[in-house]
Amino acid sequence: MAIIEIEGLAKSYRVYRKKEGLVASVRGLFRREYRTVEAVRGLDLEVEAGEFVAFLGPNGAGKTTTLKLLSGVINPTLGTARVMGHVPWKRENDYRRRFALVMGQKNQLWWDLPAQESFRLHQQIYRIPADEFQHNFDELADLLGIRDLVQQPVRELSLGERMKMELIAALLHSPEVLFLDEPTIGLDVIAQHNIQQFLKYYQEKRGITILLTSHYMKDVVALCQRVVIIAQGELKYDGSLAGIIDQFSQHKLVTLQLADDQPGRDLSRFGEVVSSDYPRVQLRISRNQVAQAISAMLEACSIDDIAVEDPPLEELIAAFFSKITMDSTSANKMDDSSGVS
Amino acid sequence: MYVRAATWWTIFRIGLEERLVYRADFALGTLMRFLPIITQIFLWAAVFESVGSGRVAGYTYSNMVAYYLLTMMSRAFSSMPGLASGVAAQIRSGEIKKFLVQPVDLIGFMFLNRIAHKLTYYTVAFFPFALVFYLCRGFFDGWPPDVLTAQGWSSLDILLIYISTLLMGFLLGFFLEICIGLIGFWFLEVTSLLFVYMLLNFFLSGHMFPLDMLPEWAATIVDLFPLKYLAYFPAAVLLGQLDPAEIIWGLKVELCWLVTFMILSRLMYSYGVKQYSAYGG
Repeated sequence: MAIIEIEGLAKSYRVYRKKEGLVASVRGLFRREYRTVEAVRGLDLEVEAGEFVAFLGPNGAGKTTTLKLLSGVINPTLGTARVMGHVPWKRENDYRRRFALVMGQKNQLWWDLPAQESFRLHQQIYRIPADEFQHNFDELADLLGIRDLVQQPVRELSLGERMKMELIAALLHSPEVLFLDEPTIGLDVIAQHNIQQFLKYYQEKRGITILLTSHYMKDVVALCQRVVIIAQGELKYDGSLAGIIDQFSQHKLVTLQLADDQPGRDLSRFGEVVSSDYPRVQLRISRNQVAQAISAMLEACSIDDIAVEDPPLEELIAAFFSKITMDSTSANKMDDSSGVS
Repeated sequence: MYVRAATWWTIFRIGLEERLVYRADFALGTLMRFLPIITQIFLWAAVFESVGSGRVAGYTYSNMVAYYLLTMMSRAFSSMPGLASGVAAQIRSGEIKKFLVQPVDLIGFMFLNRIAHKLTYYTVAFFPFALVFYLCRGFFDGWPPDVLTAQGWSSLDILLIYISTLLMGFLLGFFLEICIGLIGFWFLEVTSLLFVYMLLNFFLSGHMFPLDMLPEWAATIVDLFPLKYLAYFPAAVLLGQLDPAEIIWGLKVELCWLVTFMILSRLMYSYGVKQYSAYGG
């Protein structure tokens, strides 16, 4: 049985529509116009125990809303969800002791106190036996390398260090399901990498189920076997990362290091020239013509080095997002006007 | 049960530690609380001098000073700086999520935290308070009051009842402010509402002047509010401004208010979370 089962999950908010200008503002005091925002519309998803799933999607796509629904912060408008057999928005303590939510930098930690104190508090509210607490704490502190910092007030820590403390606070009670909302946002490359490595190791070792949202493709590439793309509150793709590349990229990038000293050689007959920084030239070539084009090029010019790559994932995803947005703008306009109540 | 107690203890301990982080601010804040009382003493000295007679509305000058010192004491228990605004801020910033996601109760958590807050305050304020009361001991001449001793109440009885009015003042103040803070679930901004509350509190709790100075009609209104239990009532009990029957009646009414606000805070929290989770988040 799947550990997370979502069926027809929908959430719409009512937001006050503020109009520009003083007159409109005054009018707003008496008659308010509300707009219905459909953050999630009919999501179906099943996640098996031990999966590491990435939620991708443009800002406002409904990723965070979905995580909030699954962690019981908000109630859905329609639909059902079960996590480990619990309905999240019933907020039963039995459920709350078995999962954790880490939402960016909105901290579970006490700002003015050393992180150690917040951990002690978690030990109590999650009822973690002393030996288990010590074991978990030692493991997490060593993996993340912050043992020396737990005695320092949280406010004095850097963003990356705070994020690590947040993760520890969330994992001390050995949750079986973990929801991570942008765990690496705003962090430098090293901290990002540390956290990725940590999550990878920890997830494999403990076999927990993780749902992650992130805008950093590196996180996703490093961590997730499965990718779910959400846009406009709907599921647009569910499968592997490689699948996205297969599905959305018709091209390969071929980089040549030319050996001869003849600039101005015309390579455009082999493919679209992306950049030409002689003797280095990059071409975009249709997938099914790559082999052919390469052998033709090898014959035509003398080449020192050659590299064939998929286009950067960021580009593919960005293209995909903008395609979805374009597709639904027309449909959306109608929705929007009917949403005014 | 043991597990619960351990949790409570940890929350309490962390509250204490947090309070102690800003020692200087805390100490200064504590001392500053004594300033208004000094101006009040001078103000009433001037009033009594200009009136000429020894009494104003049944109070002698000594009574009056004693009354102010005691309201200061009441408020040391019943005032809840930053509680309502803190709860409202947590709702607005979304920090309240913590209490939805983690297996911990917001009201219980705030309660323990507040006890820790108060105890730290008493520790810091004990000596200044003791000193002020020692210096002002002359204003308490004639204690215990005849009204109460005539009915057979010993000094100890009076003190015990006084202490229970202080403790109930703490509870009432806490649940009242929690309710005001929880209004934040429906109106995100409660600053002006808090201002109105503070203003009402200032006049109707007896913090500004003894409530028995009010004319009959105003006294009736004040009686309808729970605020008088936050400052006036404990002071009036100790000073013998009320007779035993009035004290017992007052305690009963206060208990009713207390239970009302306890239940109200629970209802508001439960409906507020529903509201929050239905629209906000």
